[in-house]
Amino acid sequence: MSALPESHRPGVVPRHDPSDFELVCPAGSLPALKAAVDEGADAVYLGFRDATNARNFAGLNFDAAAIAEGIRYAHDRQRKVLLALNTYPQPDGWMLWRDAVDRAADAGVDAVIMADPGLMAYASERHPGLRLHLSVQGSATNYEAIRFYHEHFGVARAVLPRVLSVAQVQQVCENTPVEIEVFGFGSLCVMVEGRCALSSYATGESPNTHGVCSPAKYVRWQQTDQGLESRLNGVLIDRYDDGENAGYPTLCKGRFDVAGENYYALEEPTSLNTLELLPRLMAMGVRAIKIEGRQRSPAYTAQVTRVWRQAIDQARSSPSRYSVHPAWMAELNKVAEGQQHTLGAYHRPWK
Amino acid sequence: MKIALGPLQYYWPRVTVLEFYAAVRDWPVDIVYLGETVCSRRHELRLPDWVEIADMLAEAGKTPVLSTQVLLESGNDLNTLRKITDNERYGVEANDMGAVRLMQGRPFTAGPFLNIYSKPTLDVMAAQGATRWVMPLEMSRAGLAQLQQDRPTGLQTEVFAYGRMPLAFSARCFTARNRNFPKDNCQYVCMDHPDGLLLETKESQAFLTINGIQTQSALVYTLIHALGELRDLGVDVIRLSPQSAHMDRVVAAFRAVLDGRESADEAHRNLVPLMPAGPCNGYWHDRAGLDMVLDGQVVASPAPGARAPGVRARSAA
Repeated sequence: MSALPESHRPGVVPRHDPSDFELVCPAGSLPALKAAVDEGADAVYLGFRDATNARNFAGLNFDAAAIAEGIRYAHDRQRKVLLALNTYPQPDGWMLWRDAVDRAADAGVDAVIMADPGLMAYASERHPGLRLHLSVQGSATNYEAIRFYHEHFGVARAVLPRVLSVAQVQQVCENTPVEIEVFGFGSLCVMVEGRCALSSYATGESPNTHGVCSPAKYVRWQQTDQGLESRLNGVLIDRYDDGENAGYPTLCKGRFDVAGENYYALEEPTSLNTLELLPRLMAMGVRAIKIEGRQRSPAYTAQVTRVWRQAIDQARSSPSRYSVHPAWMAELNKVAEGQQHTLGAYHRPWK
Repeated sequence: MKIALGPLQYYWPRVTVLEFYAAVRDWPVDIVYLGETVCSRRHELRLPDWVEIADMLAEAGKTPVLSTQVLLESGNDLNTLRKITDNERYGVEANDMGAVRLMQGRPFTAGPFLNIYSKPTLDVMAAQGATRWVMPLEMSRAGLAQLQQDRPTGLQTEVFAYGRMPLAFSARCFTARNRNFPKDNCQYVCMDHPDGLLLETKESQAFLTINGIQTQSALVYTLIHALGELRDLGVDVIRLSPQSAHMDRVVAAFRAVLDGRESADEAHRNLVPLMPAGPCNGYWHDRAGLDMVLDGQVVASPAPGARAPGVRARSAA
């Protein structure tokens, strides 16, 4: 990217000691947690094995014993464990979510990542010592919204939705007292998190209500004369010619007909990758980078964590000489969705 | 039950908008939500124009409410928001937590995108000054029944009851993307699509509607059959979302059923030809949103191989 790092430009003063900068990595399982810690994550995030978190996938997530062991493993190595409790308590399910807050506090996690104001109110009253992070599912794209959560529930950190440009991230950083965490790598949500009901429109289950998007149990693959078809609850998401790479039918990443043209009308299957923005994000006061992918394998977690650890260490020790190593990009592209990457909304033309 | 006209989701020419709201003066609606909630680049009407429309409707006996933009990104977005929340003449529908904060305890309507799914969150909103809340679109009858039991005293409930559903918001403009224009130079192509731009699957199933940065359902949500249930549940307001043609007749149909002058079945039969696409009501029945349930039967659902949704599938069945 730019030859002159932001931190050396006039008017841009790092607000924090860059050694505070955290790499936050996904743990869908205990092996993934250990891989993240071993490869240098400063914090890992995980969820319970139920609808209280936004990666409520079969075979994923943690029971009480696994959480206890995960916390021990991370804390022994001076790393943090964050627990995602970031779906919206449903009308008849309050007890499930409330108990999850209690379980998280009892387990001794370092912070809970939440989206729902009612749940935050409960957590801040019942467990005043429990650190709260505002989940990306809380859809807080502006500093007034973040202030709301800070003033009422003492939220200490906010994770920004993947819709803001770099300049807009900076504006948020400059106008809030809370720490800002942004997404660095992983599957790209083209919609504002927490404000997307496309999945429930097609299947009845969404991130807000069930902690899922385009859930696997509604996916059908079918070889037809016209090609390989992927369907979500019957809706044709894509059809592939022989030799085309078929991707998971996340419904915003299919090919559709619009005005007589068939194309990726909403978004291509692609990954967000902001390696090249790292020094700028650090300089503007962003406190943490989040890696998406609790649904991915421990090998993915290890690989991505290793690359980002190297990049952050380099950006921290000599920001003026930071450059993205081709080897890093090659490693990340191997595990990227659709084997391609984008700067997403951070880069204005994407919009 | 009162009838509210939801905020205009589309980008129509200024004259069309002015004519539309001039006609609304004579429609049997009680509350009219006004303002640009989708995209700050849309500038046919500015906030002072919306306030003028509000004045006109107030004079005609309607209750205008100014709605705030759902996705706030830039400093300018926040400036416009502050102008709305600072106004003392009309009520405000807050569609983002930033708007809730700026209302600072003054009365407001908590919009459908604030994600109010439970009693404790309803309590938080009421404590902030909410006097009405709008149910999230994906909530079912059972969910609403629970929250109606739990709702704080004095808090009114509003339910989205007709229209293409706003399902998602993005930083990206999908209408500009369709024309290969960058969002910053979108040439205001939304204006070419008064009811949005249809998105179909490769087998011509009407699936979604592109409306700038917003993605809507292709099918038209309708709770015309549920008006009795809504009344029994103590719902105070139903929301009808504007479409480019026949909106007067849509409003009249709901009014007629509410007043007992027409049966829901009859009104539904008359409504379907007025819709820009087929009907759906799956969310209300705790199903996929695009399903259509009539008399307890799913009459349209995207079964594998289905060629067409909505009424067409029904008539073929």
